[in-house]
Amino acid sequence: KDMTVRDALNSAMDEEMARDPTVFVMGEEVGDYQGAYKVTRGLIQKYGPERVIDTPITEIGFTGMGVGASMGGLKPIVEFMTFNFSMQAIDHIINSAAKINYMSAGDIPCPIVFRGPNGPAAGVAAQHSQCFASWYGHCPGLKVVSPFDSEDARGLLKAAIRDPNPVVVLENELLYGSTFQLSDEAQSPDFVIPIGKAKIMRQGKDVTIVAFSRMVQMALEAAEKLAQEGISAEVINLRSIRPLDVKTIADSVVKTNRLVTVEDGWHMYGVGSEIAASIMESYAFDYLDAPMERVAGADVPMPYAKNLEDAAIPQADNIVSAARRACFRKS
Amino acid sequence: VNGDKGQVEISPVQCYKTDGPSLWVDTTKEEAVQALRDITTMRRLEISADLMYKSQIIKGFCHLYDGQEAVALGMNLGSTKDDHIVTSYRDHCFQYIRGDSVKRILAELTGRSTGSTKGKGGSMHMYYPKNNFWGGNGIVGAQVPLGAGLALAAKYHANKGMARGEVSSKAVSFTLYGDGAANQGQVFEAMNMAYLWKLPCIFVIENNKYGMGTSTSKASSNEEFYRRYDPLPGIKVDGMDVFSVKQCCKFARDYCLSGKGPFVLEMNTYRYHGHSMSDPGLTYRSREEVSGIRKERDPIDRLKRIVTELGFMTDAEIKDLEKKVRAEVDEAVEFAKTSPEPELKELYTEVFAKEPLPYIRGTDGIYGHGVCEWARK
Repeated sequence: KDMTVRDALNSAMDEEMARDPTVFVMGEEVGDYQGAYKVTRGLIQKYGPERVIDTPITEIGFTGMGVGASMGGLKPIVEFMTFNFSMQAIDHIINSAAKINYMSAGDIPCPIVFRGPNGPAAGVAAQHSQCFASWYGHCPGLKVVSPFDSEDARGLLKAAIRDPNPVVVLENELLYGSTFQLSDEAQSPDFVIPIGKAKIMRQGKDVTIVAFSRMVQMALEAAEKLAQEGISAEVINLRSIRPLDVKTIADSVVKTNRLVTVEDGWHMYGVGSEIAASIMESYAFDYLDAPMERVAGADVPMPYAKNLEDAAIPQADNIVSAARRACFRKS
Repeated sequence: VNGDKGQVEISPVQCYKTDGPSLWVDTTKEEAVQALRDITTMRRLEISADLMYKSQIIKGFCHLYDGQEAVALGMNLGSTKDDHIVTSYRDHCFQYIRGDSVKRILAELTGRSTGSTKGKGGSMHMYYPKNNFWGGNGIVGAQVPLGAGLALAAKYHANKGMARGEVSSKAVSFTLYGDGAANQGQVFEAMNMAYLWKLPCIFVIENNKYGMGTSTSKASSNEEFYRRYDPLPGIKVDGMDVFSVKQCCKFARDYCLSGKGPFVLEMNTYRYHGHSMSDPGLTYRSREEVSGIRKERDPIDRLKRIVTELGFMTDAEIKDLEKKVRAEVDEAVEFAKTSPEPELKELYTEVFAKEPLPYIRGTDGIYGHGVCEWARK
């Protein structure tokens, strides 16, 4: 069965709300408007305004209230219209949600989901186009996942809602409308993807390309192009930013001896940096035959003009070049 | 007075969009005597923390509550254990009044395994969820949306979904903050939503006149906090009088439980200590101001007067009670000093609820907890 990422996320919330009466959604435009990006479409009709709560445009307030409701025994899904606005609320995500179980020595768990579109979008410029994976991935006490396709979207969001801990779900607006095939298993209401496990999207033997969210698509495109040049690329979809599945990456590096990471966020203190350091500390280090390559968003605020924006976001050709360098081919 | 029952006249209140409660409040000998015991314990707890801090047994941040005890105590009397309470970093006495022991509180301050949160939270991070006390929050104002969220949960649970309008809940949420936090944007955001959704939330501002060292007149364009949040009704309460606090909390609680939405209580109170232990508390206010309030408005002196006037206790009995409390707290101090520190493996527990992580990294690349499956041998 084919399903868009949007419908995959929608069906995941729908099923979990049907399954557990303490699950509810809150955020800007999630109800009457049917979701700023229509991800919550139809939920208010089905579950009513008591469980699909339209909030004012006050991120720190409603995020804090979501965390309080979680402490009080509910399972909120807090939608950020985009993750850019979560910066207004980051204090509650980190200081209130992520730390409360530890600070209370396990007396106060905080099951809550923070979700919404993340990463560069199209033509919306600097304040609305950035990736928060490394911001949230930095913090103990949080789990952070980032789905790529419809299977990821269903399995990771359902896992996040059922998790007894705060989980940040970094979606991607540009993928909402994309259609992917769903296996029978992934269509099941019981389908969950374990948080912390990466998925090998394509087997290869010459170079490992690690990516997450929309960059998985770029990596797969790059792998196609590389195949035409006789380079066999293995593509890993991280799925989870924290915990990070270093083992899957390390095992792949043991096989391919070469590593390229791809992210659409900035490189400094980024996901690629963490993977580089982890591989240095792993048994895969001795298997590396070339320096690792990082492909990341250009080190500038996101520009508006189309040509500049394209140059700021990793494209398949950037990945191809990096893979060639890793394989000591002319780029 | 009628045997073990009595009536106390509370201080006059200032009301906004409400008629306010009756100024006569019922009490019993049992309640009043226990209240005196509790308030004496709280004072002794904070004085002991002060001494322990000065002898460097307690470190870090430590915000003391002496002077303000009547607020925590009166609120506890005017609520049930089903009601939620959440407050700022000045939380030791709330932890006590909601059911935790002086021993565990002081042991938390000394960072011992026997502390309220096993030495993981410290002064600002104590919780007693068993009786719906949710902390303790180190971020100024952050507990206010948390409290409104607890009110949302209370209403949601009572109605199997967060019913709108005049539908009652079974519990309210007392959400405390100081006059400094009163200017935080998230306070207004939470109040706005609480009013829109008719949440059973009582916003309790403890106005102790200074946010750290900045007076309310320097920080707040409107110092009448009880009438600052149109359209929420509010009452300004004598926060140095246990029975005023009790009566007004009960009144606000009834209002919220009837489904009318949130309420504001401004507690007119005063802190004797500086903001924290690093603040002598005398650069921005005079010694005379502090000693004057101690003399005129001290909540313990006031409660003692009430208890003796009602004939519930004699001066000698009060002296005896004070002695007993002192001995109890001294014993707790000893407990806090001699309890063992947390075991090092505790560093890695309770990062997440339920499922422990398979491995957690320590400081130097060595995995402090578990075996890292991919680490270089």
